[in-house]
Amino acid sequence: MKIKPFLGALTLAAAATGVQAQTVSVEVTNLTHSIYFTPLLVSAHVGEFHLFDIGSAATLELQMMAEGGDISGLVASAESVGATNVENPAAGLLGPGTSVNIEAFDTGNNGFLSLTAMLLPTNDGFVGLDAWEIPTEPGSYTLYLNAYDAGTEANDERVVAGSGAPFVAGIPANPGGNGEAGGTGVAIEEVNQRIHIHRGNIGDTDPDAGVSDLDARVHRWLNPVAKVVVTVQ
Amino acid sequence: MKRLKLGALLVSLTISALLTGCDSDNNNRADVPDNPAPAPAPAPEPEPVTVGFEVTVTNLTHGQPLSPVAVVAHDGTLRGWTVGQPSSNGLELLAEGGDNSEFVMAFEDAGSFASVSAEAPLGPGGTESLSLSFAEEEGVLLTVATMLVNTNDAFSGVTRVDVSTLAVGESLQRLAPIYDAGTEFNSELAGTIPGPADGGEGFNAEREDMNFVARHPGIVSRADGYAESVLDQSHRFDQPAMLLSITRTE
Repeated sequence: MKIKPFLGALTLAAAATGVQAQTVSVEVTNLTHSIYFTPLLVSAHVGEFHLFDIGSAATLELQMMAEGGDISGLVASAESVGATNVENPAAGLLGPGTSVNIEAFDTGNNGFLSLTAMLLPTNDGFVGLDAWEIPTEPGSYTLYLNAYDAGTEANDERVVAGSGAPFVAGIPANPGGNGEAGGTGVAIEEVNQRIHIHRGNIGDTDPDAGVSDLDARVHRWLNPVAKVVVTVQ
Repeated sequence: MKRLKLGALLVSLTISALLTGCDSDNNNRADVPDNPAPAPAPAPEPEPVTVGFEVTVTNLTHGQPLSPVAVVAHDGTLRGWTVGQPSSNGLELLAEGGDNSEFVMAFEDAGSFASVSAEAPLGPGGTESLSLSFAEEEGVLLTVATMLVNTNDAFSGVTRVDVSTLAVGESLQRLAPIYDAGTEFNSELAGTIPGPADGGEGFNAEREDMNFVARHPGIVSRADGYAESVLDQSHRFDQPAMLLSITRTE
């Protein structure tokens, strides 16, 4: 009988924090026709933390991810608040129409899930999930994610080798090929410098000239760009 | 319902088994009649229960007639398509040429419960209802598919919508995304699009695009700088293409 108050106290404590250790699986599908995701960062963290704040200027760490696919800064930021991270689960690019499944992701005491990856070929587009509260009830939950623009680089749509670093103009790579050259540049400045829904690639159909190095028939997309199935075990 | 009836039958069998095993001492229990009715004769095979569904489709696009809409009811082993996987031949024919016959036939060959096709295309802004009924089965999923005819190989639909839990009179709604069958390059060129914007070729067995199903990237159109496109601003679209309202009618 003495054990009962003790159990009661434990229950209360769990209720007070609102979170408990959970194991989830996370399946990410790239729904697009011809857009690649750079190495994914999937992070379980406390509710006050955000990898990105829609409507706010990007952090330098987010800019590194969105312009060059470098998640190291976001990883460090998340770790600094006790997040548990899965880095690069697809071991490289997640191509169009492909999926990666993260099994048995121990979220620790972190009750919120976020995800980011740069979209290639774009200047600073990324797919994102921002601090989704992980349900405690077991089951499968399907989320559809939109493409965002980090607002840190003009969408010139020119493919320039080595342009993945922050503050270097250009799209660093076009993994699928079927692109173009000789684009004069679509946008020359990024007017909206806050994180917003990406307006999409423009592209053109001139292989050697025009404004863009992207193919308008190939490198556009319509939201959503990713499907995420979170299974709470 | 079949399962429920079987369960009820099992319960009554269990009760009668208990009764036959009872001592007379127990016969004064309130829930046990003194003179229990004889064990019921095996119930006659019940008349098969018919279930019916009505699918109301609204074309949400500005200028994309939808090819005759196909609706198939099937079990959990079947699906219309999978993102990242190649289109079936039937889906390719549907998405390039608007002909759903092979798509539906493949389901029927695989044991689908029922199917129905609209008789004519559904114009932008239009609404139509398609009904199907069949002997009750456990685990009923619906697949709905149609082509956006002023495209190279765009289709809209849903696959594996679980309608098993709908009671008679209940309905659910779905917004149908637009997919690219991945079987024909989105050239938008004259002669490649079967809809009224072009009157060109529909199905071509050659697979010249990515060869997997994905969300459609949208069309460009000559209004957006693609001078060779036969499509104009009116043919552009965004997600979704259809509003589906699925009602269980019987």
